[in-house]
Amino acid sequence: MKIMVPVRRVPNPDVKVRLKKDGTGIETEGVNFLVNPFDEYAIEEAVRITEKSGGEVFLVSIGGPENEETLRAGLALGAHRAYLVDLGGECYESSGIADILAAVFKQENPDLVILGKQSVDTDNNQAAQMLAAKLGLAQACFAYKVELQDGKAVVQREIDGGLEVKEVELPAVITADLRLNQPRYASLPAIMKAKKKEVKKVTPADLGAEPKNRARVLGLSEPPPRKAGQKVASVDELVDKLVNEAKVL
Amino acid sequence: MAILLIAEMREGEVRHATFPAVTAAKQLAELLGTEFDILLLGKGAQAGAERLKDLGAANVLWSEAEAVAEYTAEAHAQAAADLVNEKGYTAVLAAATTTGKDLMPRLAGLLDAGMVSDAIGFEKGDEGIVYLRPMYAGNAIARVVIDTPIHCLTVRETAFDAATPGAGSAAVAEAPVNVDAGGLKAKFVEYQLTKSERPELTEAKVVVSAGRGVKDAEGVKLIEQLADALGAALGASRAVVDEGLLPNDLQVGQTGKIVAPDLYIACGISGAIQHVAGMKDAKVIVAINKDEEAPIFEVADYGLVDDLFKAVPKLIEKVQAARAS
Ligand SMILES: Cc1cc2nc3c(=O)[nH]c(=O)nc-3n(C[C@H](O)[C@H](O)[C@H](O)COP(=O)(O)OP(=O)(O)OC[C@H]3O[C@@H](n4cnc5c(N)ncnc54)[C@H](O)[C@@H]3O)c2cc1C
Ligand SMILES: Cc1cc2nc3c(=O)[nH]c(=O)nc-3n(C[C@H](O)[C@H](O)[C@H](O)COP(=O)(O)OP(=O)(O)OC[C@H]3O[C@@H](n4cnc5c(N)ncnc54)[C@H](O)[C@@H]3O)c2cc1C
Repeated sequence: MKIMVPVRRVPNPDVKVRLKKDGTGIETEGVNFLVNPFDEYAIEEAVRITEKSGGEVFLVSIGGPENEETLRAGLALGAHRAYLVDLGGECYESSGIADILAAVFKQENPDLVILGKQSVDTDNNQAAQMLAAKLGLAQACFAYKVELQDGKAVVQREIDGGLEVKEVELPAVITADLRLNQPRYASLPAIMKAKKKEVKKVTPADLGAEPKNRARVLGLSEPPPRKAGQKVASVDELVDKLVNEAKVL
Repeated sequence: MAILLIAEMREGEVRHATFPAVTAAKQLAELLGTEFDILLLGKGAQAGAERLKDLGAANVLWSEAEAVAEYTAEAHAQAAADLVNEKGYTAVLAAATTTGKDLMPRLAGLLDAGMVSDAIGFEKGDEGIVYLRPMYAGNAIARVVIDTPIHCLTVRETAFDAATPGAGSAAVAEAPVNVDAGGLKAKFVEYQLTKSERPELTEAKVVVSAGRGVKDAEGVKLIEQLADALGAALGASRAVVDEGLLPNDLQVGQTGKIVAPDLYIACGISGAIQHVAGMKDAKVIVAINKDEEAPIFEVADYGLVDDLFKAVPKLIEKVQAARAS
């Protein structure tokens, strides 16, 4: 089975972002970038499938030359090869990303595409569903468990209130949620091996893609801060404040 | 041109998140100087449409056609896209529930439309409507415009009050749905829902959440007792969900549920960026943590530095006493 896994480069999610003063974006100096955590679950799932029943996993990362680092990190988790789509300084929101991913799909004709459910910087949660729509494929988002059967996948999906079971015909688009698996750590030999794996550098034009931005961010601003709180010394004081000061009990 | 709200049903009932989304639709329609319609798809939609007809919509359209009787993104997005094209709606909204998040980007893809996820407000700008949405775990608010003729968006339910009945009577009609059930590449199989007597996390006035500090199932039980004493919903940090102590759909945070109750009580939660993103819009936040340096105290209105195994039983007692008197 051939599986495509798009991976996004994101600022370290455990560090609070600082906005640029002019609101055009975030400060990137001194920020380390990682593979979007959800994409690690997607890679892990894809690699497990090929370890079990053969085939290959290829990654796609869209951005600039720096995305090679992201791809090498993903290759060290067991993926076999990768595409780096260089935008030459351009930037696309989810729908433009989906335009490009659709072009890669058409070149490679994978049996399955597994993405992260959302990118933890923009939290858009759009690219996969848009890709599925553009390609006329079925989608199974927020996967908790994926079971492959003859020509189809049975997917348990994380939904409000529990799980939903859905059957999709292959090829299909799946997005990974956090309980899908436990991504492995890259071992040193795997990291060394990843350095030698193929990363094919292409442009959207090479792929025959004509990506478009259909939405634009005008600017970013800080959310209103919460007013400073207070420490209470005891449960009695806490209850007293909740009843008499905050009036929520 | 009118705009369309896609309402949400499950197992024959209109889901609560629809009501704040109606308020968002109403606000957006007012800004645009137009009306809004509601579309309700699925088993029980005809009866459900009656519940939605006095919320201020011009038309409530419903369908129980075979292809859309159970929710799949494939069928529902196709049916909605056909309707949007036929009626010429200029914007389509849904609540940012797991269903809305699954459905709306697919619909945007079908309509070749730009989309905004998780909108928390709208403004009129030089280039039309400006959508406000959180990014970077809520540490930035982005102002976004959409450049396509049709706008797609999901709206965060905690950012809008639930619509209440009494705003005129909509025309209720069956929606034309011509999706071929046999041609779909996806099939709904079943729900595996967790049943709970407690209020829904996203609807509750009070939420009590358990973090890794509760340690084990015994600790979870203690937090459950506090929740029940307060008539509160139960929430959890990801650490607790990861350890299998509570189900995944109770996870509060950037990648779980976004809640904004009147009172949020975090017990044994450190306050990671991803957790805080899901609860920092609560009116009053209480944190109980034995580490006075825990970042949760930076967002807490009332912080109690204490061992939760000592503090929570006392709190339960106090609350029960207060309720009894
Ligand atoms: C005006 C504007 C300016 C921007 N500026 C920048 C910038 O300077 N630098 C920057 O890095 N981003 C920037 N972005 C965001 C960038 O365009 C995102 O890649 C885009 O929004 C898609 O990611 P998402 O969060 O929407 O994806 P989601 O829909 O949340 O992601 C779902 C999944 O899609 C896949 N995916 C998403 N993006 C990519 C990708 N690029 N390559 C491969 N797979 C992917 C991943 O599997 C991911 O888990 C900007 C966006 C806008 C609108
Ligand atoms: C991609 C991604 C997405 C994520 N999404 C989410 C999300 O949506 N929601 C979420 O919650 N997390 C999320 N996380 C995880 C997040 O980063 C933290 O790891 C998690 O929130 C920590 O949970 P915690 O506070 O319960 O545990 P810890 O950080 O381990 O904190 C436990 C706290 O309990 C206190 N404690 C211990 N014993 C006691 C006691 N007896 N009495 C009182 N206090 C005690 C400790 O002092 C400590 O502060 C995400 C992470 C990633 C990478």
